[in-house]
Amino acid sequence: MATLWPFVSQMNPDASTIAAGAPIEVDLTPIAEGQDIKVFWRGKPIYIMNRTKKQVEEARSVQLSSLPDPATDQSRVKEGHEQWLVVIGICTHLGCIPIAHEGNYDGFFCPCHGSQYDSSGRIRQGPAPANLPLPPYQFVSDTKIQIG
Amino acid sequence: MSGPSDFQPTNPVIKWIERRLPIFGLVHSSFVAYPTPRNLNYWWTFGAILSMMLGVQILTGVILAMHYTPNADLAFRSVEAIVRDVNYGWLLRNMHAAGASMFFFAVYIHMFRGLYYGSYKEPREVLWILGVIIYLLMMATGFMGYVLPWGQMSFWGATVITNLFSAVPYVGDSIVTLLWGGYSVGNPTLNRFFSLHYLLPFLIAGVVVLHVWALHVAGQNNPAGVEAKTEKDTVPFTPYATIKDAFGVSCFLIFYAWFIFYMPNYLGDADNYIPANPGVTPAHIVPEWYYLPFYAILRSIPNKLAGVIAMFSAIIVLAFLPWLDTAKTRSSKYRPLAKQFFWIFVVVCVLLGYLGAQPPEGIYVIAGRILTVCYFAYFLILLPLLSRIETPRPVPNSIADDVLAKYGKKAASIAVAFVVAGGLVAGGAQNARADEQETPPSQAWSFAGPFGKYDRGSLQRGLKIYKEVCSNCHALSYIAFRNLADPGGPGYSVAQAAAFASDYKIKDGPNDQGDMFERPGRPADYFPSPFPNEQAARAANGGGLPPDLSLIAKARSYERGFPWFIFDFFTQFQEQGPNYVSAILQGYQKRPKEVTLPEGTYYNKYFPGHAIKMPQPLTNGQVTFDDGSPATLPQYAHDIATFLMWAAEPQMEARKHLGLQVFVFLIIFAGLMYFTKKKVWADAH
Repeated sequence: MATLWPFVSQMNPDASTIAAGAPIEVDLTPIAEGQDIKVFWRGKPIYIMNRTKKQVEEARSVQLSSLPDPATDQSRVKEGHEQWLVVIGICTHLGCIPIAHEGNYDGFFCPCHGSQYDSSGRIRQGPAPANLPLPPYQFVSDTKIQIG
Repeated sequence: MSGPSDFQPTNPVIKWIERRLPIFGLVHSSFVAYPTPRNLNYWWTFGAILSMMLGVQILTGVILAMHYTPNADLAFRSVEAIVRDVNYGWLLRNMHAAGASMFFFAVYIHMFRGLYYGSYKEPREVLWILGVIIYLLMMATGFMGYVLPWGQMSFWGATVITNLFSAVPYVGDSIVTLLWGGYSVGNPTLNRFFSLHYLLPFLIAGVVVLHVWALHVAGQNNPAGVEAKTEKDTVPFTPYATIKDAFGVSCFLIFYAWFIFYMPNYLGDADNYIPANPGVTPAHIVPEWYYLPFYAILRSIPNKLAGVIAMFSAIIVLAFLPWLDTAKTRSSKYRPLAKQFFWIFVVVCVLLGYLGAQPPEGIYVIAGRILTVCYFAYFLILLPLLSRIETPRPVPNSIADDVLAKYGKKAASIAVAFVVAGGLVAGGAQNARADEQETPPSQAWSFAGPFGKYDRGSLQRGLKIYKEVCSNCHALSYIAFRNLADPGGPGYSVAQAAAFASDYKIKDGPNDQGDMFERPGRPADYFPSPFPNEQAARAANGGGLPPDLSLIAKARSYERGFPWFIFDFFTQFQEQGPNYVSAILQGYQKRPKEVTLPEGTYYNKYFPGHAIKMPQPLTNGQVTFDDGSPATLPQYAHDIATFLMWAAEPQMEARKHLGLQVFVFLIIFAGLMYFTKKKVWADAH
């Protein structure tokens, strides 16, 4: 068994890939209110959106029971940093990449099969079954986050 | 492989070797003296066809590997370099790509033949299971091979298929990471897929040897399904089976060559001419056609894990066939019910294939679920049940009796089955066609059809339009200036191409001081790109990326739909790309009132979604021609589409020219084989 292990283990991510997949820090200062950026972490697109007051309000005023995958906006952002939404931009339907600031809910619109996500990244309309997933991240300071 | 040989060589050299290694005796007993049933029909030639296809795939594959670079940054370009620059590279690549489809086409016929004539029944269970193993290995090989060109469909197909393993409970994500060698599909994935894609065909070849061995131990099945008993029931393999197989193979080659020389992209996906981009997903991720039925089964089950299990079960269930169908009568010829259900099953498989290519919405999902149930019901309910309730018709006493008996109803029943299948497919296609986009009108192109050639004047005008208009935003980075003087191209001389190149400033260096410098272009240089990188291109174009135009005429397409895609096979229609390019340039219109467009976009009738970032690039009178051609938009659109078709397929004229010669040869060869076969078999019928 021990002899076999190197032959299996070599297939796992190598040292450089692991190093490249280490947590990244993103400076939030260049992102103005109402704008967003897309960064890649471990090959996945991650949207960081600086939401407007209106977007936050829209996300918080919605009836939870009307959502296909109920989750409060509070549970999807960090306390004290309510305007920042950080989500993995991979549609939960078939893995396409939604476009930010499009669709009827001030959030994301997936061009493949028309799934629409709101300004909290929650699924509102279309074939996708779940909300956009959240990557592991924390605020290092008020203007900097660490993803990973 | 079947007992001691009676091979008696007379040549002293062969005698000497034979005493030490009886290899000639082995070949003689397996492929010369081997008794083969007298009544085999042409469905039995697919064994030989498959052996040939395996050989063709290994040979062309080994050669392609000499030119291919398995690196995420270089793979796509290296495939284009094979097609454009390697001598006969286009031929080898088309043979390999179309060959994969032909291999699967032949294996499906081979499998359905086994199903119909009960070739899996005692004593051929191991033979059948070895076949299922070969099929599984083929699927793995085909999938990994499709990833290698590293186009959009390669990348996203690999993402979807490897993600299937994430459905495994608890260890799913670890398995997927192990397969990827990273956190998403990337360079390590491509490297290992290349290695495995090279390895697996040799494993297949190994299992094929076992398959043939098992075949020669159990003996071939035959349409009557009764075992050969006397000498009268069989004929020696050579010349009888050899010549029949040779005729079958030559007919199959004609079919194969049709794709290689005339329809090389018919079976592929236009999206795979776009380089892999992890940041953009194609609208419909569709696997190669030979996986579609299983893809449909996967998608018809709403639970991810259950879907994956169902998909793999759909293949594994084949291995249990010998024990699911317990009927004593082998051949469906003598099983009135089994025969009908067999054809229904064929239709179910074809329809599942059709559904696998459709978006997973509305009626398609429901139809997919019904057909998935039908698929499994055939194996798990129907076949075990039939063997209990069905009364088979009497089978002939011997193969010799079968040969003498006449049967004529077969053709009629096959025709009925095909009509039913066609009707069902047509019915399915009529439904759920709601958001039909207007398709570009088909135009007359000089390069269409088997004798098509590029219109030199049109290519030269198209080049002028590209230089004066398109090149401000769009790259053409796969085309070198030398290509302008290539045969089958715009028809410039080498000197003219060099003069054309010298108008361009090319960045070179570093020089001895370590600085980059600019120099006039040379024929070996490629068209310089208007922007240094993707980000600069996006920044200058309001966030939109002007695509590289080198392959655009093959990378854009539109749905032809049923039944057009069947007619297209015969008419060799494959000009969706140029039709689209031409239509886009002429499709700018005033925005209809009910449509709202995002900021910075323009309304285009033929652009998917209608909102295009590119402002209308060409208007009447913008470019003037020296040859007196009208300076009108339709003329521009026609010329630039022709030019871009040439840029995408510069070897098309050589391909069609060689195709004609190959076809003349193959048709004569097949004719010779047919008459030789008739002569050889004259006394056996």
